[in-house]
Amino acid sequence: MPRYGMVIDTRKCVGCQDCVIACKTENNIPEGYNRDWIVTEAKGKFPDIQLEIRTERCNHCSETPCVSCCPTGASHIQDVGGVVLVEHNMCIGCKACVEACPYDARFIHPDGYADKCTFCIHRVEKGQKPACVEVCPTYCMYFGDLDDPNSEVSKLLQSRKWHINLPDAGTQPNIFYLV
Amino acid sequence: MNSLSRRKFLKISGATVVTAAALAGSAKTIVNAAESFSKKKGLEIIPSYCDLCFWKCGLLAYVKDGELWKVEGNPKDPLSNGRLCPRGTGGVGAHYDKERLKSPLIRKSERGEEKWVEVTWNEVFDYITDKMNKLKTDYGPESMALFSHGIGGSFFKHMMRAYGSPNETAPSFAQCRGPREVGFELTFGDVVGSPERTDIENAKCIVLIGSHLGENMHNTQVQEFSRAVENHASIIVVDPRFSVAASKAKYYLPIKPGTDMALLLAWMSVIVNENLFDADYIAKYGIGFEQFATEISQYTPEWAYIETGIDPEVIRETAREMAMYKPATLVHPGRHATWYGDDAQRSRAIALLNALLGSWGRKGGFYVPYSYSIPKYPYAPYPELKKEPLDNPDAKYPFATGEQISTGIREATISGNPYSIKGWFIYATNLMQALPNREETIKAIQNLDLMVVVDVIPSEIAGWADVVLPESVYLERYDDLNASPFREGFVGIRQPVIDAPNDQKPNWWMAKKLGEKLGLGAYFPWKDVEEYLDTRLKLKGHSLDELKKEGIIKGALQPIYFEDGVEPEFLTPSGKIEFYSTQLADAGFDPIPRFTKHPEPPAGYFRLLFGRAPVHTFSKTQSNPLLRDLFSENELWVNADLAERYGLKNGDRIKLKNQDGVVSDPIKVKATERIRQDCVYMVHGFGQKSRQLRSTYKKGASDAELVTQYKTDPLMGGTGMSVNFVTFEMEV
Repeated sequence: MPRYGMVIDTRKCVGCQDCVIACKTENNIPEGYNRDWIVTEAKGKFPDIQLEIRTERCNHCSETPCVSCCPTGASHIQDVGGVVLVEHNMCIGCKACVEACPYDARFIHPDGYADKCTFCIHRVEKGQKPACVEVCPTYCMYFGDLDDPNSEVSKLLQSRKWHINLPDAGTQPNIFYLV
Repeated sequence: MNSLSRRKFLKISGATVVTAAALAGSAKTIVNAAESFSKKKGLEIIPSYCDLCFWKCGLLAYVKDGELWKVEGNPKDPLSNGRLCPRGTGGVGAHYDKERLKSPLIRKSERGEEKWVEVTWNEVFDYITDKMNKLKTDYGPESMALFSHGIGGSFFKHMMRAYGSPNETAPSFAQCRGPREVGFELTFGDVVGSPERTDIENAKCIVLIGSHLGENMHNTQVQEFSRAVENHASIIVVDPRFSVAASKAKYYLPIKPGTDMALLLAWMSVIVNENLFDADYIAKYGIGFEQFATEISQYTPEWAYIETGIDPEVIRETAREMAMYKPATLVHPGRHATWYGDDAQRSRAIALLNALLGSWGRKGGFYVPYSYSIPKYPYAPYPELKKEPLDNPDAKYPFATGEQISTGIREATISGNPYSIKGWFIYATNLMQALPNREETIKAIQNLDLMVVVDVIPSEIAGWADVVLPESVYLERYDDLNASPFREGFVGIRQPVIDAPNDQKPNWWMAKKLGEKLGLGAYFPWKDVEEYLDTRLKLKGHSLDELKKEGIIKGALQPIYFEDGVEPEFLTPSGKIEFYSTQLADAGFDPIPRFTKHPEPPAGYFRLLFGRAPVHTFSKTQSNPLLRDLFSENELWVNADLAERYGLKNGDRIKLKNQDGVVSDPIKVKATERIRQDCVYMVHGFGQKSRQLRSTYKKGASDAELVTQYKTDPLMGGTGMSVNFVTFEMEV
């Protein structure tokens, strides 16, 4: 059984937000909302600056406060790929998961359910990449099976330095940032 | 926050279509009867090419049950490689933009008051025809000038030439890349062109001077830049602002604005004095090197330090770095080059630095592009011109060749010299944001008897027009073929994938109808644009049907480097790379570039710099709902220490006042370490003043409004615009 994850090369990312727009058109995300976003972190004093630019979204964690807090079972981990999903019909919009997510990755859709990144599982099931990965003009995003040592994502994690977001949250995120 | 879901939005737009179609009636059926998309079921994927900027990337439009869903890059397209930039991906928003122009408009009160009467296409064409016929009789056809940006203007250019006017321009020359083209042509005998012939992906060392790739999203360049980063190319960034590109650089040089020439001269002196240049290349292709070397050697890094603030050792080290990787070192020529008024000479210095490194025509430098050229439509010859273009009387700017000076036409419109300009026809270019000194533009407009604007949205310039013609957006229309010179030859098609929602029309239809009414029917012998395109394609052994299906057709691969067999050719007077320019000397200019000291901001003032954001193009895209959602107003970058001194915090709203007392709209402060203390920066295109465009009205501040001063380039008439100083107005 695969465990899907993403590896994002912050050296290549320019923060152009193409991933955000591609997600919005692919998934019909309403105006004013988005499932992914860009974070730009500048450290240092001019002119000695270090800048990290990251495209962020639901981390599809292995330890999921958003799933364990869900009163209806709408928020769940799908068997295939370990992708964290929300069953819209079962969701009552109580916002418990929105509060529980340390990454602020969820929002309440105007239609009343909790919404977030799905890793474009509808595309992945057809053998395509998530829309954000497919569109990226800098080719900084990689998607694949983290449990397969021969996958591109696994090889990148073996060969490059990386970090995860908020390691102290103990969520075991499945999105990794190459530095 | 607008929470209207896109699904709901689709339904609402659908309803609008029905009403508008019912009202518009006959006009709509004339043009679109044969190409109605609304009834088709299922998923259709239609190739076309993008219009969110001028790069013209190939795309695939996804139309689901007759509604536009999304656009993706066409994998066959060599410009996009199947990946559009964020603007291109957001292109569907251009179709769904609720604030689009919907029907032809005629002004009913004073110019600029934006009060209109909606009229039919027949009425509006009658109005324009009457005026243009009268202008022709009273002043001659050359009294009409066309301002046109983008490929959509090609049918209007044809119409104006058929009408008899030689005056046709775009701000893309004198307000943008003109100095660069002139500087390179003086040196190598050829322009950089668009798309730029920069071989970024194969470069081992890339030098960016103010060029902010990554924020400036010219698709192919950003894709190649990313590959260069991946390949560990050595990147040198020169910028008063720590740009995104600077974060990828091995060397970041935080230069004092206005002193780039000093740095370029010092770099060249190091390369010459330390014998680091490509001697074989220069011996073979260069001329005037000895004079150049003698003059350039005086510019020591220590001298440049005083001007630029860049450590002399860093200047030496970066010069050696460039030389180490030659000829695969690309000193990028930039694009928007109109900064300080000596821009053609600065661009020439960039060209000369590349010449020293032997990078022109070489892998990892500048490749030699070629085009899969498609023969022109076999039109009858145009009427003989009775007068010369008037943008550059007596060749005042002797090296402004090839393209006309937009601000020269504006000047002539104000003065009436060398002859009267009484009509402006403006296609898809918001002159209020593109030209410096807005007052001069308004003054020129007040001298006109006719001003026509063709646009998709009620842009600021449309607000000043007598007549506004609503154009269908690129996804709803055909345009001319795109066969840009590039790494490989190709031809791409723009074709409609969806109906226009209201009474908007394609530019070709407007040009043909108007042309016919003006009695120029003989110049529009084709029935419709499909026949026009098919005729051109058949002359090359293709057909419209074939290109409509494929989207892109490629030609045979050809070599693009000298080392692969391209015959070096330098169309300079000497036929060589001109290190010493006799042309310039003869015209009374520096044959070898020299440093000019530019005025510095007075105490309490800061130089106003402006640039681009990845999700917007000029002032064209701010109302696009998808792009606006991610970037709805610009911010003022202020150095963090400076901000603290003025008590400014992130998110504070302030106004800016320039040296002439012009005050901007309020803009949010971005206090950041990523910029020097002697300048401030904003993204161009905001602070728009069109009252019909509610979503962009006074959102952020307009750099263009603050650009009241400009310094004209004596070589080619470009308008240097980074010469304005602003101070903070705290009371908002």
